[in-house]
Amino acid sequence: MTTRTTQDQRPLSPHLQIYRPQWTSVLSILHRITGVLLSAGTVLVVAWLVALASGPDAYAAVTGFLAAPLVVAVLVAWTLALFYHLLNGIRHLFWDAGMMLELGPARASGIAVVIGAFVLTAVVWLVPLIGGAA
Amino acid sequence: MKALRNPLANAHNHGAAGDGVDHWWSQRFSAILLVPLVLWLVWALSVLAGADFERATAWLASPWNAAMSILFVLASFYHGRLGLQIVIGDYVHHRAIEVALQVVVAAAAIFGALIAVVSILSVAFSG
Repeated sequence: MTTRTTQDQRPLSPHLQIYRPQWTSVLSILHRITGVLLSAGTVLVVAWLVALASGPDAYAAVTGFLAAPLVVAVLVAWTLALFYHLLNGIRHLFWDAGMMLELGPARASGIAVVIGAFVLTAVVWLVPLIGGAA
Repeated sequence: MKALRNPLANAHNHGAAGDGVDHWWSQRFSAILLVPLVLWLVWALSVLAGADFERATAWLASPWNAAMSILFVLASFYHGRLGLQIVIGDYVHHRAIEVALQVVVAAAAIFGALIAVVSILSVAFSG
């Protein structure tokens, strides 16, 4: 029996996978993803603070863990996420103020945010390596 | 069954009672506060990179660094909780799991911020 209710006949809007990914949409979901990653990263900040309050042995254990190559790689990725979320957050604040909402500026500021995040991450991690102990 | 709760109480925190605006402002306010705090954090981490126990405790024991650290911890945990609240509300469609996650995240944010602040104060007062 095919009785159709009005609910069945309502048109469906296209789902997310129908759309071609664009700068604006990809950067939008990246803001949320980096936000979740940064929330997880606060565990490391707390671990470092608790270790410092617990004494030299605990501190040595945590800093030793943080110096492991794989952990350093995670920290570099975390820095990138931090700078991206910071810069894109400022972009969001401009939007909240009603500025730069047109397609052109929205795309241009998005590209600037991605480049800025990579540049700042490179500065933070590479300058100490090149310049030695400043 | 007759609803015993005031309809306004049901609407609170579900978007129709003006609470969404409050959440929106709290998120923006903590975001603006975190712009200088994150820049400070990056500077602090670059100063502390490779620091031994004595240098790290001496650094955190200075009133300015201790105060900024506490401010950063409070603002970031608050901002993080607000953000995760939205993410969970948007993507977790099973009501019971959603509520459980919201409680866990809120509790973890309070506990994380508390233990971080206590640690900072402990170093500040003993260092």
